[in-house]
Amino acid sequence: MHRVYTDIARIAGDVIIVEADGIGYLDIAEVTTRFGKSLAQVIRLDGKRVSLQVFAGSRGISTGDRVRFLGHPMRVATGDNLLGRIFNGSGTPLDKGPELSESLIDIGGPPVNPIHRVIPNKMIRTGIPMIDLFNSLVVSQKLPVFSIPGEPYNELIARIAVQAEVDTIILGGMGLKYDDYLFFRDTLQEHGALSRSVFFVHTASDPTVECLLVPDISLAVAEDFALKGQRVLVLLTDMTNFSDAIKEISITMEQVPSNRGYPGDLYSQLAARYEKAVDFDTAGSITILAATTMPGDDVTHPVPDNTGYITEGQFYLKGGVIEPFGSLSRLKQQVNGKTRSDHRTIMDTMIQLFADYRETVEKLSMGFQISPWDEKLLKYGRIFEDQMMSLKVNMPLEQALDQGWRILSDCFAPEETGIKSSLIEEYWPRQASAE
Amino acid sequence: MASGRKGRIVSISGNMAVVEVDGVVVQNEVAYILHGDEHLKSEVIRVKGIRAELQVYESTSGICVGEEVEFTDELLSVELGPGLLGQVFDGLQNPLPHIAEKHGFFLKRGIYLEALPKDWEWDFTPQVQRGDNVRAGDRLGSVPEKMFNHAILVPFNLAGSFEVVYIAERGTYSFKKPIARLMDAGGREHEVYMKQVWPVKAPIRAYAERLKPTEPLITKMRIIDSLFPVARGGTYCIPGPFGAGKTVLQQLTSRHAEADIVIIAACGERAGEVVETLKTFPELTDPRTGKPLSDRTVIICNTSSMPVAARESSVYTAVTIAEYYRQMGLNVLLLADSTSRWAQAMREMSGRLEEIPGEEAFPAYLESRIASFYERAGLVRLNDGTTGSLTIGGTVSPAGGNFEEPVTQATLKVVGAFHGLSRERSDARRYPAIDPLISWSKYRSFIRGDQKDDGHKILDRSNEVSQMMKVVGEEGISLSDYVDYLKGEFFDFAYLQQNAFDPVDEATSEERQSYLFNIAHNIMTSEFEFEDKADALHWFQVLRQRFRTWNSEEWKEAGFDRLEADILSILADKRKKEQHA
Repeated sequence: MHRVYTDIARIAGDVIIVEADGIGYLDIAEVTTRFGKSLAQVIRLDGKRVSLQVFAGSRGISTGDRVRFLGHPMRVATGDNLLGRIFNGSGTPLDKGPELSESLIDIGGPPVNPIHRVIPNKMIRTGIPMIDLFNSLVVSQKLPVFSIPGEPYNELIARIAVQAEVDTIILGGMGLKYDDYLFFRDTLQEHGALSRSVFFVHTASDPTVECLLVPDISLAVAEDFALKGQRVLVLLTDMTNFSDAIKEISITMEQVPSNRGYPGDLYSQLAARYEKAVDFDTAGSITILAATTMPGDDVTHPVPDNTGYITEGQFYLKGGVIEPFGSLSRLKQQVNGKTRSDHRTIMDTMIQLFADYRETVEKLSMGFQISPWDEKLLKYGRIFEDQMMSLKVNMPLEQALDQGWRILSDCFAPEETGIKSSLIEEYWPRQASAE
Repeated sequence: MASGRKGRIVSISGNMAVVEVDGVVVQNEVAYILHGDEHLKSEVIRVKGIRAELQVYESTSGICVGEEVEFTDELLSVELGPGLLGQVFDGLQNPLPHIAEKHGFFLKRGIYLEALPKDWEWDFTPQVQRGDNVRAGDRLGSVPEKMFNHAILVPFNLAGSFEVVYIAERGTYSFKKPIARLMDAGGREHEVYMKQVWPVKAPIRAYAERLKPTEPLITKMRIIDSLFPVARGGTYCIPGPFGAGKTVLQQLTSRHAEADIVIIAACGERAGEVVETLKTFPELTDPRTGKPLSDRTVIICNTSSMPVAARESSVYTAVTIAEYYRQMGLNVLLLADSTSRWAQAMREMSGRLEEIPGEEAFPAYLESRIASFYERAGLVRLNDGTTGSLTIGGTVSPAGGNFEEPVTQATLKVVGAFHGLSRERSDARRYPAIDPLISWSKYRSFIRGDQKDDGHKILDRSNEVSQMMKVVGEEGISLSDYVDYLKGEFFDFAYLQQNAFDPVDEATSEERQSYLFNIAHNIMTSEFEFEDKADALHWFQVLRQRFRTWNSEEWKEAGFDRLEADILSILADKRKKEQHA
């Protein structure tokens, strides 16, 4: 039994108020206007007055339009039928496929009991040395890519997605440029990954608030796959757009803003989504890779700042490369002790030397004297940038480690690296040896 | 326990519900929203006429205007008794392992289980006799809980003096059976069980007096114990930007601190970190007792994806359990990570209540709430003359890493020690990233006062020179300034920094700290002869490397002694001759 109401009492921003009885908080309604239908969600109940945020925006809504309450919270279809399909931010097909209404589940379900989580312990190999070697990605990790707009963050995310060993990929696009959407589709298609992917795409031309549902829908579908034992990778791009939509609604609802217009619960809102990342003890897993664009390259901006407190590290994309300082995988220690005996040493040594290189560059620009040691560092830094940092480099971890030893031996004497002698004996490339 | 009083929901916004009540309503009483067969726990937080405003401890999805609410007359409380140690509770004291067993992967709303199941049985030994006079907080007997003798105390809510009219004999009892009956002055009898209930927002004060904290609480972290000590019964805070290592620091403290009992309140933080604690603690042994660390630990976990209102109550649940164990004469350490999330939960609720916001939209009562939370710490003399202590350490997660924000500032006003983490230190991989230039402590260290001051002085001086070098370059400063700079760096690298991944270096005993500090102090205050800066740099590098290796050697073993001799000979090499007098 669906109830239909036609007296809209107030329209402000993308929020409308209708008078209705017996409506559940956060329930979904369908608003029919002469421009078409849109979903709306109850965001406040006050006596008979029901406030709804209209996902398609309020433009063109008439006070006489029909509001039909569906009597349940937002739901999404689940299951293998979704694979290879593309939907918009409200779950309506964008491809030519049929609407799906099988095994519907509520989105934004309850949190996982921590008792059923396991300590993350499986590495996800991506073929990118700056990740695999220096900041390993781990199953069940939630990791954003921080970058200023204009950096190739979507390229990076897509590349990780096609190279990562996972069963299912869910893409949640928020305010995605149409070109970027096509780019994701074509890239996944090219690598044969589209048939194990599901897209929920809200593009930049769609109404802003429509992107509010995207993370919850994507994660609800992901959770269902994970419970069936699959390893799921969820890509959310761009979470700053999602945060901005939250800001817009909270201002419309006259909530007191806390910091640069964002509501006080931004942390909780973001955490509720990111914390869906999980490795179940007796089922599959969800790993979340997100894009967070930083307005003005400012990491203290409320969105990256709150994100940093929630996620397990971040990849900091700057100048087209993953910057080693500022990037961090908090879970890398759980996996990089089990790969190869030289992994941690190469990781620490190369980064320390690279930090010294940066200092030398600074010295050089200040016009201070340059020592022979500085010359060595300059050589090392340039090779490192070219053969490790560049996103063009694509190789398995073991090969990257070997490359690391080669770079070190090209630039330094063994004792200058501070590496333990046992490792030097085992791995240091012998010069002028055969081949 | 229902009071029979009811009401109906008239409005809902987020986790706040407004209810029209028939009859009286009690501020802060617990109420349940009856939604189908789900009963959702909530708390009255404001009353306006016949309207009560409730914060709901669960998701409010699907709740309708007009639904019934049942009031209970009881304030939000926790159960106190044997069986808390080794447990993992949520912010409302629901036992999470038990819920996992019964209800699977998810924390469905409206599911509440007893923290201490009624049919649990314990071996009770009485310590009073019929006719004895007792007051709230006095011991009636004890039961063995893990490695402690868990005292069964006269309930804290009984005011005045009582006569014991019945005390159970030595034997095994469940929580259902009274173990004593006490008669008050008016002749009324009260039954006493092995568990009692206490409202979380009220401090337990069943002790004789509060004392001034003087003894240091050893954390085995050199920079803390030597330079910025924490006292037993004191308070401290750890503010720091994300990624600076707050949580790692708390985890290390929870393992090594010399406390009898550690309560961990994981408040609004990552679930993954709690999982690490709760899965590793049963396997780690407490070096002081040889028992698993989990045996002395209680975890209260309300991670960031759990309902916000319960996050606010989780710190109170934790501090109440901590106070309870203090009443037994134990030294308790409460680690709250992070108090900013708790403050944010207050801010969220305040926003829903449409209160006039203060700075950054935090409510005006932020400071007083933070103050009254930390004030629950303290060293106390109990009725029987023994002492117990509760030390509180809270992390703060300031927005943008800027300490000039309301939560950090309000916290700094009330705590006794400040361990400020800095981004520069963590970026430079200097751990623990406690910045010695900004941190402070009002408590006394076991390091002699003047020696400790010398430590601070050399760090300041070294920093000054390092700033100077940034402007004029290494070539622009004198050799003696350069040596001062190197001394500060040496002190930092060799003493203050500590390797959390090294089994020996991760924890340094008080004895070893005093010994090491003495030698480090000697180096910092001695004069050395160097040919030039390169000579000085090389010498200090060698010394630093030896010291770091020394830190990884077992205390007073052969390797330790060998390196000590080595270090002393390196020192003798360059020391100015006239110093030998």
